[in-house]
Amino acid sequence: MEGMNVNLISGRTTVQGQNLDSKLTEKYFGEVARCDMNGSDMEKLGVAKDDNVKVTTAYGAVVVKAKQDDGNPEGLIFIPMGPWCNAVVSGDTHGAGMPSFKGIDAEIEKTEEEVLQVKELMRTYMG
Amino acid sequence: MVEITDVVCSLCGCVCDDIVLEVENNKVVKVKRGACSVGKSKLLGHERIKSPMIRENGELKECSYDEAIKKSAEILYKSRRPLLYGWSSTVCEADKVGVELTEDLGAVMDNTASVCHGPSVLAIQDVGLPSCTLGEVKNRADLVIYWGANPAQAHANHMKRYSYVSKGYWTAEGKKGKKLVVVDVRKTMTAKMADVFVQVEQGQDYPVFSALRAILQGHEDVVPDKVGGVPKEQLLELANMVKEAKFVMTFFGMGVTHTGARHNNIVNAIQFTRAAHLHTKASIMPLRGHYNVAGINQVCTWETGFPFAIEMARGYAWYNPGELSATDLLYRGDCDAAMIIASDPGAHFPGESLKHLAKIPVIQIDPYANPTTEFADVVIPVAVSGIEAEGNVYRMDNIPIRLRKILDTDYLPDEEILERILTEVRALREKEGE
Amino acid sequence: MADELLIRNGVVYDPINGVKGEKKDICIRDGKVVDSVTNPKVIDAEGRVVMPGGVDIHAHIAGGKVNAGRIMRPEDERKGVEPKTKVCRAQSGYSVPNTFATGYRYARMGYTFVMEAAMPPLAARHTHEEMIDIPILDNAALPLIDNNWMTMEYVKSGDMDLLAAYMAWIIKATKGFGVKIVNPGGTEAWAWGKNCDLNDSVPYFDVTPAEIIKGLAVANEKFDMPHSIHVHTNMLGHPGNFEVTKDTYDLVKGVKASKDRQVIHTTHTQFHSYGGTNWGNFESKADAIADYINQNDHATIDIGSVILGDTTTMTADGPMEYSLYQITGRKWTNHDVELETGSGITPFLYSGKVSVHTIQWAIGQELALLVKDPWKVALTTDHPNAGPFIGYPIIISHLMSKKRRDESAEDMHKAIFDRAALPSIDREYDLNEIAIITRGMTAKALGLHEHGKGHLGVGADADVAIYDMSPEERDAGKIQKAFLNTKYTIKAGEIVVKDGEVVATPPGRTIFVTPECDDKLTDEMMVTLKDKFAKYYSVTLNNYPVQDAYLPNPYEIKAPWRS
Repeated sequence: MEGMNVNLISGRTTVQGQNLDSKLTEKYFGEVARCDMNGSDMEKLGVAKDDNVKVTTAYGAVVVKAKQDDGNPEGLIFIPMGPWCNAVVSGDTHGAGMPSFKGIDAEIEKTEEEVLQVKELMRTYMG
Repeated sequence: MVEITDVVCSLCGCVCDDIVLEVENNKVVKVKRGACSVGKSKLLGHERIKSPMIRENGELKECSYDEAIKKSAEILYKSRRPLLYGWSSTVCEADKVGVELTEDLGAVMDNTASVCHGPSVLAIQDVGLPSCTLGEVKNRADLVIYWGANPAQAHANHMKRYSYVSKGYWTAEGKKGKKLVVVDVRKTMTAKMADVFVQVEQGQDYPVFSALRAILQGHEDVVPDKVGGVPKEQLLELANMVKEAKFVMTFFGMGVTHTGARHNNIVNAIQFTRAAHLHTKASIMPLRGHYNVAGINQVCTWETGFPFAIEMARGYAWYNPGELSATDLLYRGDCDAAMIIASDPGAHFPGESLKHLAKIPVIQIDPYANPTTEFADVVIPVAVSGIEAEGNVYRMDNIPIRLRKILDTDYLPDEEILERILTEVRALREKEGE
Repeated sequence: MADELLIRNGVVYDPINGVKGEKKDICIRDGKVVDSVTNPKVIDAEGRVVMPGGVDIHAHIAGGKVNAGRIMRPEDERKGVEPKTKVCRAQSGYSVPNTFATGYRYARMGYTFVMEAAMPPLAARHTHEEMIDIPILDNAALPLIDNNWMTMEYVKSGDMDLLAAYMAWIIKATKGFGVKIVNPGGTEAWAWGKNCDLNDSVPYFDVTPAEIIKGLAVANEKFDMPHSIHVHTNMLGHPGNFEVTKDTYDLVKGVKASKDRQVIHTTHTQFHSYGGTNWGNFESKADAIADYINQNDHATIDIGSVILGDTTTMTADGPMEYSLYQITGRKWTNHDVELETGSGITPFLYSGKVSVHTIQWAIGQELALLVKDPWKVALTTDHPNAGPFIGYPIIISHLMSKKRRDESAEDMHKAIFDRAALPSIDREYDLNEIAIITRGMTAKALGLHEHGKGHLGVGADADVAIYDMSPEERDAGKIQKAFLNTKYTIKAGEIVVKDGEVVATPPGRTIFVTPECDDKLTDEMMVTLKDKFAKYYSVTLNNYPVQDAYLPNPYEIKAPWRS
């Protein structure tokens, strides 16, 4: 199947918190460069655990690893707060001071593209 | 080996202060009691930035503290509109120097509340905040509501020390005598513990608060069968639980500050608490993230009159969130230098805002390398507050607690770095005879 | 070389030393008043009014609820912005000014000491952090000890010695100054959404507010405490509450003071001098309160006089703030503090067009005018509750001018003529009496006259206000202007204000009291206290006391055990 439209939210996780001061480690990468979604959504997308998925919004695109979490209702995907999620968040706060870190219209699809390491991801903002 | 008690955790807004550590050869070797897994990780330590550094030809090169401080002062002094951002993972004593530096430079100062509970501050400015200390919750609350928050992962000791699981004077049986309600868009770890889980459609918190207010004010007839994905029966059940409880406590998180109506969600959450107060005692509290984000809001307010998003170019504090919030400022490209202290916008700001950070000179003051380091032109490593440096912090309920110094270090504390930068800036101004 | 200053040709009002408008030189060396100087810098006062630095007995200037008021009210902060200068930090705020503005504006009015009137013990560090940031002023803070579980349990069991031991411990732990009582029992009841009248039983604690007040008065007088208990009585703001206020005085009539001073000071008494049974027949009972004060010598008051306009009300009386918010529907913050106290904050507009506000406005001034002995009454606005401290000069001008009062009354609600006494009072304060209610009486009531405050005798702190007016001035407008901005304010021998401008901002000192309690009693009390920390507090006992770092300029007063 091709890409599907979803609602993207972000938030904290335990391992993300444990690695707040070690964001350049594999542990952080493994926890935060990922996307949780309902099993039936994974089925629709034809992805299994740790397959790469590409999430695209009006503000950018990012590749992360898929993970099943049936706590998410269908159509809602969760990327832990951090550089990967923020790659697709708008900087416009509509004058409110707070970006929309949750409730972002996104398209998700299976991809063969690689997940960028954090330094590579930061480099995409330069030049 | 020495055992140290009453250690205060400098990780999240819970600021647990009953931690017991074992220290040997100036190293924390064991966290014996008190800390959650996240706090424990911080206390045991992570790889540090080894030396001050200045970027030359694209590479960060090691230098002395003196050189890094001098370079920082030059960047700030030359800048027409510097942004001084962060301030939440350090102590109030450092924050105070930060305000003075902001005033001296006529700079923009913002803190991490901007991307966390900034909307809650705006809501408080609209309607106030009926709240209490965490010990009140522990001793009295028989109904605890977590709304758009997942403390089981983000504030792992919160329920145990202060709310649902804790035991206090009128709550001697702990969770047996209490009810836990979790309102969220997904079934989180916290939701799995709840007596009642209210699953709201993403972005629909506002009408759900409104419906509850209507019921509590005696207007259940106007509530439709389903609100924000929540059946009316469940809303009636929740309102009834509120009415029957002796002490209702609502904690809310970024599930409501980060979405759709933003501060309007929080206004409505507070209005819900005010409505609950018509029937019983009700309080509400934001679950603050960083251990001293409440503290920078406090310091910035008593020193400038305003909690965040201020500019001092006029000589007095000009407050305008949405204009002066760091993400907005960067998104519009409206600052020409940035000093980032005790925070990591590289990881936590929208990519669109980071594009400007990549263009301007950036000073980073932090114990650890992180994504922001990639943008930094000057990197100044510092002592870890709460482990290598003492100072005052404010818990999420605005209770001030003093962080302890546990270990010796050669790293300088934030406060001293900032004082030296300020001194250098003033020296530059004097030299130019302004 | 010694740092010397000579103030020449001033007309000095120093009531503690019996100086009533005499032409007199003031000699200053190294921050203290001395007999003579040899090579001083000279200030020629040219016949202007000279007084000791003002001593404010009760204002809310620092700490959690003051800052919560600032956070909640950016509209108030925007009202008072002033840019930084070469010596001053940036200023904000009107009714809740930032810490820097607080210091500057008090100093410009000639004040050099302010008592922060309500410090929640658990948040004491916050109060001290803000006081560090208030320039110029010497300060102290009164910890709230009355809705405290330890206090209520000892009052119930009748162990007055253990109550005194706890009182001593908490004043030391908070680096506080004395015993503050705010709606005793009522704020604990408010934790369940209720309130308490003077003789109601506090829910679950089986004591009455009356017993708490009496108990704390007895405990306080077991030490040589510089100050008496400082009481915000029950039922603040309720029509008919003057009876509660009088009953409160009677409670402690038989308690013997350990020093030559009152045994009870009731604060912002304006809010507690109400007659009537509802807002419709609300009336002034200032006369009844003044009569009581005139006939008895164990009680003093401060007036808590109203300044018309918008302000930010804030108090540890949580239920009162809730009632006020219910009336106005404006924003409302509440903050209950575990095992100890609480607080509420809501904005309020005092309008001269509203009958109740007009009567409130009259009551504060009536109290000052009807209490015959000015040594029993202090000028306050309960800043910012009845109005911001910056309004003091307005009150001074009214107390000094019957004409001014009549002019003001003309523009106000007619209720002032039939439900208040003010228009019928002819008394006018003279400058000596003004000096008493703004420095002499307040320093004495706080016991600070023994520590150099509120007078200009040899050895006193060289805190001096020189007002730009002659003692003959009768124009109320000119009097008001003179008291708003001094010609000079001198703090510890240093000129801090000149021609109404702040010219130096030395840090102030924090004065704290150490009640000295027997170790054995303390040990016995600690067993109970440790249990409270183990089971009910959300911080540990070892992290609770205020560390020395929070008092960079401390001044200790020891209060030995008496009985």
